[in-house]
Amino acid sequence: MWWRSASFILDHRLQEDPPNNIASSSKEPDTLSTLSPPQTHSSFMAAADPFNPIPNPKISAYYQTRAAHTAVVTSDWLAQAQAAVGHHPDDSPAPQTQLLASPSASGKSFCVINEFNNWRKQPDLAEAVAAIRALAAVIRASEATTMMELEIELKKASDSLKSWDTTSISLTAGCDLFMRYVTRTSALEYEDFNSARSRLIERAEKFGEISCKARRIIAMLSQDFIFDGCTILVHGFSRVVLEVLKTAAQNKKLFRVFCTEGRPDRTGLRLSNELAKLDVPVKLLIDSAVAYTMDEVDMVFVGADGVVESGGIINMMGTYQIALVAHSMNKPVYVAAESYKFARLYPLDQKDMAPALRPMDFGVPIPSKVEVERSARDYTPPQYLTLLFTDLGVLTPSVVSDELIQLYL
Amino acid sequence: MDPRRASRTVSDPKIRQVGFFAPPSDRSFSGPPDPISTSTSTPNPVTTTANTSSPPPISDLSPSGNSLSPVMIPPPRHSSDTTHRPVPFPPVSPLRRDTLSLTVGSYNNNNNIIISSSPTASFYEESKGITVKASSVPASGLTTVSVVKTLPPGFTETIVEKVGGSVEMQNDLPANSKPLKERTSKAERRALQEAQRAAKAAAKAEGSKLPATTSGAVASANAKPTKATKPSSQKNDSATVASSEKKGGDRPPEKDRKKDAPHPRMQYDDKSRVEKAKRRAVVKQTEARNRVELFRHLPQYEHGTQLPDLESKFFQLDPVHPVVYKVGLQYISGDISGGNARCIAMLQAFQEAIKDYSTPDEKTLTRDLTAKINSYVSFLNECRPLSISMGNAIRFLKNRIAKLPLTLSESEAKAFLQSDIEQFINEKIILADKVIVKHAVTKIRDGDVLLTYGSSSAVEMILLHAHELGKQFRVVIVDSRPKLEGQLLLRRLVGKGLSCTYANINAVSYIMHEVTRVFLGASSVLSNGTVYSRVGTACVAMVAHEFRVPVLVCCEAYKFHERVQLDSICSNELGDPDAISKVPGREDINYLDGCTNSENLQLLNLIYDATPSDYVSMIVTDYGMVPPTSVPVIVREYCRDQVWI
Repeated sequence: MWWRSASFILDHRLQEDPPNNIASSSKEPDTLSTLSPPQTHSSFMAAADPFNPIPNPKISAYYQTRAAHTAVVTSDWLAQAQAAVGHHPDDSPAPQTQLLASPSASGKSFCVINEFNNWRKQPDLAEAVAAIRALAAVIRASEATTMMELEIELKKASDSLKSWDTTSISLTAGCDLFMRYVTRTSALEYEDFNSARSRLIERAEKFGEISCKARRIIAMLSQDFIFDGCTILVHGFSRVVLEVLKTAAQNKKLFRVFCTEGRPDRTGLRLSNELAKLDVPVKLLIDSAVAYTMDEVDMVFVGADGVVESGGIINMMGTYQIALVAHSMNKPVYVAAESYKFARLYPLDQKDMAPALRPMDFGVPIPSKVEVERSARDYTPPQYLTLLFTDLGVLTPSVVSDELIQLYL
Repeated sequence: MDPRRASRTVSDPKIRQVGFFAPPSDRSFSGPPDPISTSTSTPNPVTTTANTSSPPPISDLSPSGNSLSPVMIPPPRHSSDTTHRPVPFPPVSPLRRDTLSLTVGSYNNNNNIIISSSPTASFYEESKGITVKASSVPASGLTTVSVVKTLPPGFTETIVEKVGGSVEMQNDLPANSKPLKERTSKAERRALQEAQRAAKAAAKAEGSKLPATTSGAVASANAKPTKATKPSSQKNDSATVASSEKKGGDRPPEKDRKKDAPHPRMQYDDKSRVEKAKRRAVVKQTEARNRVELFRHLPQYEHGTQLPDLESKFFQLDPVHPVVYKVGLQYISGDISGGNARCIAMLQAFQEAIKDYSTPDEKTLTRDLTAKINSYVSFLNECRPLSISMGNAIRFLKNRIAKLPLTLSESEAKAFLQSDIEQFINEKIILADKVIVKHAVTKIRDGDVLLTYGSSSAVEMILLHAHELGKQFRVVIVDSRPKLEGQLLLRRLVGKGLSCTYANINAVSYIMHEVTRVFLGASSVLSNGTVYSRVGTACVAMVAHEFRVPVLVCCEAYKFHERVQLDSICSNELGDPDAISKVPGREDINYLDGCTNSENLQLLNLIYDATPSDYVSMIVTDYGMVPPTSVPVIVREYCRDQVWI
């Protein structure tokens, strides 16, 4: 499916009018194309040192990263939460053995997790793309002499990445897709090792490049759906959705955006902030005002943590109810998601996935007898989604499974 | 699986075309001198009449091809009329006569539209008179329960009656066959046309074979006339060519279409074909007396009559191999039931038959063996209509036979085929079940209440495996008359220590609110996601959907079929009607004892039904868990050309 990526749209656009568009698009993604990871360390990241990557196993690392990247006020209460829970002494050995396993084979100090963490610090780089970059680096740094060795090494690296955070769907999916894309050819077995290895590296780079471009492609594809005078409801903070709206604003489309607040990490505030900078009219809603405002809304735009095999999405808590409300009022629900988020999961209902927990801040102390639902995401079944904008094109939910079948089987 | 994957991944990932695109025309099949077409379509002594009479577009590769399913239709109404006459039926007779004449009236009107251009109006008049006469007999075949009692002659009913009526006519008056032919339904006319065309083509093929016996490739009786005429003269075939051209229009060439088009199934209301099939039948089936009108296109037999007859014939010299014969008898008696069991039994019987097979003189293995398999298949089909999964297995086997390298010696070829069959059974059925179990178990959590309907081998394995894994769950087994297969499953599960609840399907809406997952088996999954399964499954799935309980269908991929079906009427199997009218061991509730022979009672015992894909949340196959919308992808990628392994 990667080789079918609709990146030609982007390329075409770039060729067509280089002067003004490149200027706009090259503002931010310059850092994306650099191959060496930037060495900036945010204060929060320094706290989570690479040899104990999961400081608190009860809190989803994926959402920590997201919080670090996207939330308005985060680091202090995250730090507090960490301090409150403290370290579990028995969870550190497992990651350490994995970490030892991958580099010790080559006897080098190269470590996937380190590499991954370095890449991950870029706020614009999705976690999966960071993982893809890290895995590509594994191939490059590998000293294996046979294909099998290399493959095993790669497998180990991807496994350790996946176990670094089991709650992140896009990380797992990205690693799996990378493995499928890079290693699935029997032709490799007939070539000599060096050419096969360079082929792998070449592919890994191409894969990383496509993944990087994905967001732009999606933004291009979705422009046809945003018409002048429309009202768009967005939920949470999604970099893809922001890119879509940014492109629409650049294209001089007239639209207004309703942002939900996105409790508990208030990601909606950040998005409204960003949109206000673009001079897009924004209205901020509390999460519970969705049904109240739905009759004014023309379409709902959401991102996704993961797109599952049924065609449904797993996304930030609240997406499901927004989709339900939109469905009952016959408003289209559009999902913007890069194809590296396609995961081989098939949840049947909400409780059918590993929960990603996150700290909840209610502002007041909660009595110990009161239970708190801390799950960070929900599953929206495909019948409530209208279309998925991916870098493979605009898909109906049922196509997701077709793509996955073609890729994995 | 491996060779297929290798072919897909041999080089770098390619651009894959999406949407509608024209495939390269020579990709999906081999050229004219293909051993398949030659071997399967050449008329051979065993099935000569069968092949020549079969309709052209059906290749013999199709197992359930209609030419293979003979039936016996007794002269329909004579016996029943005579048996019925003594039964007093007059109480409603004035009314009946009224309505009947009304029906006849509309029947005539209806026919006038069709017939008006017919040159044989006088014949028609005559036959109309006969119709009236026949209908004035109180209990003629024109009566059906629903129609006569309540309805003014509605349009659809009259059409149905028309077919019934015309059958009647022809049997009563063979002399009138010509005008009556005009009034046959469209399907019948078409069948007749096709039969004639096939016969013509066959005759020509025979002729052309005499001078050139070596080029057996072209002597295909089953091929469409256009193909058959290629080497020979065109003279008397221009009409058929023209007609087939007209029909074909701008569609892809012959072979393409033959491949793409789903082969029509035997329609049992098509009497010309049924007659032909009847002549070849080994199993003498007696037609059920009161056939259900809506299901006339399906075989409806008297049950329980054939077994002694067939058993007595067991030691006669017969074209059917004894092992196959045994399996056939086991099908009839119901000793082997369930999709997988039937399929495995059939394949093993074929394995045995292939082992004992030796090619006769002056014949090639591929052709003769295919013919043999065809005759076995038609025998098994007479015993009990083939399931879709068996059809797929047969297609696989025939494909294998056809693709045998010509260089192989006979013993090698036989060993090859036997190991192929073995592999099919192992990989596509046994291993597939294991994979399904592995996938489905991940969907069972502690505290679940799982509901299943009837008895499915795959579901049973899943439940047992989940129990072995120590998951804490409860099972609700829903069951229904008349087979009560769920009791067997219940017995086995309880024996293994699972906690079970047993309910009849009447209680399904009551029990459903406590259920968290529904696991169902399937006889087949069709291309539009429709699940074709034991009757009652659709009901359970619908109730579960209404209660928002996820429905998981467990089905091996070899049971997938590219056909599309929208209802459970056009293709189904009818069971023994007595099974639903009688409750064994309950003398006190046998209210229907005296009435089962009455004309206006039609007992319908359907075996399968079709569950729309809306009610299915997930299909668990050996290729993973997929939504029902992805069935066509699996069919396209893995079941194409029946490559399978």
